[in-house]
Amino acid sequence: MEPLNALVSVANFMLVPALAYGSQLALGALGITLIYSILRFAHFAHGDTMALGTAAVIGGTWFLQAQGIGIQPLPTALLALPFGILVMIGYLLTVDRMVYRYYRRVKAKPMIFVMASLGVMFVTNGITRLFMGVGETRFEDGGRFLFTVREFREWTGLAEGLALRSAQALTIITALVVMMVLFWFLNRTRAGKSMRAYSDNEDLALLSGINPERVVMITWIITAILLVLAGTLYGLDKGFRPFNYFQLLLPMFAAAILGGLGSPIGAIVGAYVVAFAEMGITYAWRRVFTYLMPEGLEPTSMMQLLPVDYKFAVTFAILVIVLLFRPTGIFKGKVL
Amino acid sequence: MSAFLIGEAMTGGYGGADILHSCTIAVEKGEIAVIVGPNGAGKSTAMKAVFGMLKLREGTVRLAGEDITSLSPQARVAKGMGFVPQTSNIFPSMTVEENLEMGAFIRTDDFSTTMEQVYELFPILRDKRRQAAGELSGGQRQQVAVGRALMTQPSVLMLDEPTAGVSPIVMDELFDRIIEIARTGISILMVEQNARQALEIADKGYVLVQGANRYTDTGQALLADPDVRKSFLGG
Repeated sequence: MEPLNALVSVANFMLVPALAYGSQLALGALGITLIYSILRFAHFAHGDTMALGTAAVIGGTWFLQAQGIGIQPLPTALLALPFGILVMIGYLLTVDRMVYRYYRRVKAKPMIFVMASLGVMFVTNGITRLFMGVGETRFEDGGRFLFTVREFREWTGLAEGLALRSAQALTIITALVVMMVLFWFLNRTRAGKSMRAYSDNEDLALLSGINPERVVMITWIITAILLVLAGTLYGLDKGFRPFNYFQLLLPMFAAAILGGLGSPIGAIVGAYVVAFAEMGITYAWRRVFTYLMPEGLEPTSMMQLLPVDYKFAVTFAILVIVLLFRPTGIFKGKVL
Repeated sequence: MSAFLIGEAMTGGYGGADILHSCTIAVEKGEIAVIVGPNGAGKSTAMKAVFGMLKLREGTVRLAGEDITSLSPQARVAKGMGFVPQTSNIFPSMTVEENLEMGAFIRTDDFSTTMEQVYELFPILRDKRRQAAGELSGGQRQQVAVGRALMTQPSVLMLDEPTAGVSPIVMDELFDRIIEIARTGISILMVEQNARQALEIADKGYVLVQGANRYTDTGQALLADPDVRKSFLGG
């Protein structure tokens, strides 16, 4: 049973959390890759927009909770999602109209767009803090676990336990569904195909009668949906702190670039690679090896390559390595 | 002068100095007109001017008698003009079929018969319809590009150097297809580097030099003209 115990231990502390974290990153990275391929700039306001969207969902959750409306055992936040998405669609379209549309009209260079999105990032960050403060907000309610460590031990009789939190399960399932819907949209619908056409060849898309402003609008709407979902799932899983969302910018960009900018499938693969690398390198493997090694050879150290505080260093290293050795990413995307 | 499509006495450029000087290009219904001339003669520019990608200072463009000088290229597509640019004329990451669908984007009716016609014209595209257009050979890409432009059922098809960068065999093949398209009643206006072969299939030929008309005649007459042969066709 020792290898099995090792496996359960890895699953509990590394695989399941990484899968959930990777799914959250994937939803965010998909937005980055879409904006990059349609609007052709790196959207620096992504993390903070995600925070604002989540704040809207939290506001909706509080309202529903005050009314006594809930969907036990699922978190109330799920009910508030449509509200958050609508707020975010409104916010992103307003920002586009007030900021980015002007730069599109004057055909500004991508770097100008990036700087503009940096400004949007600061403003969005300020708005979020105005409503939510800088501290941590927990808004997860409903059943917290699908099954706990103790239940798992009783079922299997193993020494090690595995818990599955409902937020994690929700994240993985939602991400899967959203990805499938997104791919269906991009590959099967007229609007989705027009987005791909615009991304492929802007001039020819214009010649074919595709309206660029419409393509841009659809892109922001999809981004809003992805952002609110990613942010809410992340918040349910780990709690809501605006600064954490800002910090997600790095792993999300690393994921999009590692997968190949402009490639949706790349964003997803990249997100899981980043998540597993972050978790794997900062995970203390001592327990696993205690189970696997023959008696007397158990490790005495923590077997941890880097402290958890350095998990962003892992992401940063991935980003640098990709940019140095394969700037187009795994799936041959565009070069930033 | 009552040609089906005519750019008459066009003068203009991309801002700054004029490139075209009172240049006239016309094509009749179901005929093939070819613009030839040395490098930098303004062949492509003349074609772009007819399509509205260049602001004219003087001159008019008329389609079936209607003045379309002030229309944008997109509006001209809706009026029945199809344009195949010289480069970047396909959506590389999309399949051949999706490329054709995007060509028909402005159509709200059922375009499956038009797609069938394109597949009949270019049978190879039917075999490759699920393949990304960017993975095809140069000649096949040109077929996708022409097919895409045909999806709007245009009355005029404008081709900017359709045989650039393809092998001589593929070039003959493409010219054959272009003749076939013209036989269905679509007017063809084409810019070509391969002047001799292009003039052979042309009903009308325009030799441009420095943005102005130098010789205008039927394709055969231009081929027979000793001056044209000596100066532009290499003897």
